[in-house]
Amino acid sequence: MRFQLTDDQLALQDGVRGLLSRRFDGEALRAAVDSPGLDRGLWRALGAAGFFSLRVPEADGGVGLGLPEAVLAFEEAGRALLPGPLVATHLAAGVVDGAAEGEVVVADVDPGGFVEWLEEADVVRGEAAGAVALTSVDPLTPLHRVPGARARAVDPVAVLLTAAEQLGTATRACELAVQHARTREQFGQPIGAFQAVKHLCAGMLVRAETARAAVYAAAVTADPVDIAAARLLADEAAERGARDCLQVHGGMGFTWECEVQLLLKRAWVRARRGGGGAESEESLAVDLLA
Amino acid sequence: MDLAYTPEEEEFRARLREWLAKALPTLPPKPSPRDWPGRRAYDLGWQRMLYDAGYAHVHWDASPTTRLIFLEETENAGAPYVGAGFVGLLHAGPTIAAEGTAEQRERWLPPILRGEEVWCQGFSEPDAGSDLAALRTRARRDGDDYVVTGSKIWTSHAEVADWCELLVRTDAAAPKHRGITWLALPMSAAGVEVRPLRTLAGSTEFAEVFLDEVRVPVANRVGEENDGWRVTMVTLSFERGTAFVGEVVACRRVLRSVAAAARDNGCWDDPSVRRRLGRLNAEFRALWRLTQWNVSEAEASGGVPGVGGSVFKLRYSHVRQELYDVAADVLGAESLDLERDWVLDRLSSLSYTIAAGTSQIQRNIVAERILGLPKGR
Ligand SMILES: Cc1cc2nc3c(=O)[nH]c(=O)nc-3n(C[C@H](O)[C@H](O)[C@H](O)COP(=O)(O)OP(=O)(O)OC[C@H]3O[C@@H](n4cnc5c(N)ncnc54)[C@H](O)[C@@H]3O)c2cc1C
Repeated sequence: MRFQLTDDQLALQDGVRGLLSRRFDGEALRAAVDSPGLDRGLWRALGAAGFFSLRVPEADGGVGLGLPEAVLAFEEAGRALLPGPLVATHLAAGVVDGAAEGEVVVADVDPGGFVEWLEEADVVRGEAAGAVALTSVDPLTPLHRVPGARARAVDPVAVLLTAAEQLGTATRACELAVQHARTREQFGQPIGAFQAVKHLCAGMLVRAETARAAVYAAAVTADPVDIAAARLLADEAAERGARDCLQVHGGMGFTWECEVQLLLKRAWVRARRGGGGAESEESLAVDLLA
Repeated sequence: MDLAYTPEEEEFRARLREWLAKALPTLPPKPSPRDWPGRRAYDLGWQRMLYDAGYAHVHWDASPTTRLIFLEETENAGAPYVGAGFVGLLHAGPTIAAEGTAEQRERWLPPILRGEEVWCQGFSEPDAGSDLAALRTRARRDGDDYVVTGSKIWTSHAEVADWCELLVRTDAAAPKHRGITWLALPMSAAGVEVRPLRTLAGSTEFAEVFLDEVRVPVANRVGEENDGWRVTMVTLSFERGTAFVGEVVACRRVLRSVAAAARDNGCWDDPSVRRRLGRLNAEFRALWRLTQWNVSEAEASGGVPGVGGSVFKLRYSHVRQELYDVAADVLGAESLDLERDWVLDRLSSLSYTIAAGTSQIQRNIVAERILGLPKGR
């Protein structure tokens, strides 16, 4: 049992992190908020790097890796708050022409009845007729609601990749909070020396690390019940992590300029995917009687 | 990332499982939780059976993964837990193995493994709990002995222990972390008095220990004089790092029985009950994965478990209490009946956020040692 990242996996993680820090750093993130729209150049760069074709077999021109690697890549995307219908396009790679290369942007009608990035998408999968635009809470995720959308079964892989994004965001929230707690001074010392602040940060780490173990294990087993568990833990780690991060930032956390709001709002959007966590809870409950 | 076990590990699992199936039916009936001498005999008897079958060493010498398999299989089979052997097997023994001399290892380790001697932990004092280094029990050197005077509190299993891993102050003038020494105290020595304390569950799980001019040979000192704090950190890392992992398996079994009870008494029809149960299933699955992660990391780095144990303990101790809260809602009025096992377990689960370092202290450890936040003044 080597439940640790292999050297290849560490290299992949490094590679994706490097690409994102070059192409989508904090400044780019803020710029994206001011000029909404999908960066097609970045989308193609992701395609070229194999982000979408990661799980497409080599024989079909893909990278030929598995779910654990995809989870690591999506965790990095979540950490950088990379915008766009990443999960939908990744799932369409090998099915929709051009998706694997990042030439085509694919949006999905979510079983929860909304569509992300409908207007930017070249291809929409699912019934999106009559979709109504929402003023999205997340400035980096345009949203449409589809009235009377038929409930569809949730794709476990989509759930897992979303959980991986949430994990990345939870990790980012913890990093930002710790960084701020080390530097911001009040009462003549860094606020991180105050136990009330310390304990918020410790809670963030505990939730993120527990979620990490669950998400990685689900990537290895691909078991739907493991995936349901990973989803619940990751949603919690991201939502509560971002909320606590905001608290640690004080008044600054409540501003539009501060990155924290973006973490929280994206976590909220992702937590609603697939209709929210209720279905996962129900399936985990049923599993107890099996 | 890989959750597969090697063929050798699978073989170990299979052999153990086979042995358990034969051995467990020969166990005597379980003593009542309040019968301490009975519990001592039962727990040591189990340890002796493990010894005879060649499994006694598993907590010490086996690879972390093998140990994980051992805990998983014994728990799944409903085998006894270490019980009275807890301190000896899970932290005093490993500390002596890591820090003791050859003679000390020879004197103390085999009886622990053979299920002959019980250890307890005399760290906490009335005025030194979380602030452990504030301990005041004094030891003065007199020839080949230390003469120890003071008192300890919350000493689990003290009533039935043969030995105590005892922290004493050997230099009152030194800064508080520097003047501490780690001693093995024979509980039968003159001047040792044990007064059982009654827990909120009504049992005498722990005790006060009074020490009045007790003579402890210098030869019983593990580590150097005044270097006891370092040795203590080794002990605590064992206690926090790995001592609780087997219990996750037990909790998963309890959770299943709570779900079955909910189905049988109609609570299951309430979606809010189902969803709470589902969420707990997610929690215990995740905690098991976190255990595998920590074990695998220990395997890779090969040594004393790291601070990751604090992360585990924090989450686990709270989720365990939540489990019994849900159980109480499923049981309804019966949750007030002390004759129900779940109710007794609910009460004892309240200690998990306190014993072996409170949640507040664990959060300080996580914040300062993992996240690198500054120490408070
Ligand atoms: C069932 C059980 C078995 C035990 N067995 C043993 C044993 O065998 N041997 C042994 O030596 N000890 C044992 N203990 C003792 C245990 O380790 C202590 O109870 C524990 O470390 C807390 O110390 P305390 O009880 O003095 O509480 P205190 O230290 O007085 O703490 C009281 C409260 O103050 C909080 N607090 C204290 N300091 C801080 C701080 N710096 N920051 C934030 N909050 C703080 C605590 O979190 C807690 O909420 C046992 C305890 C229990 C409950």
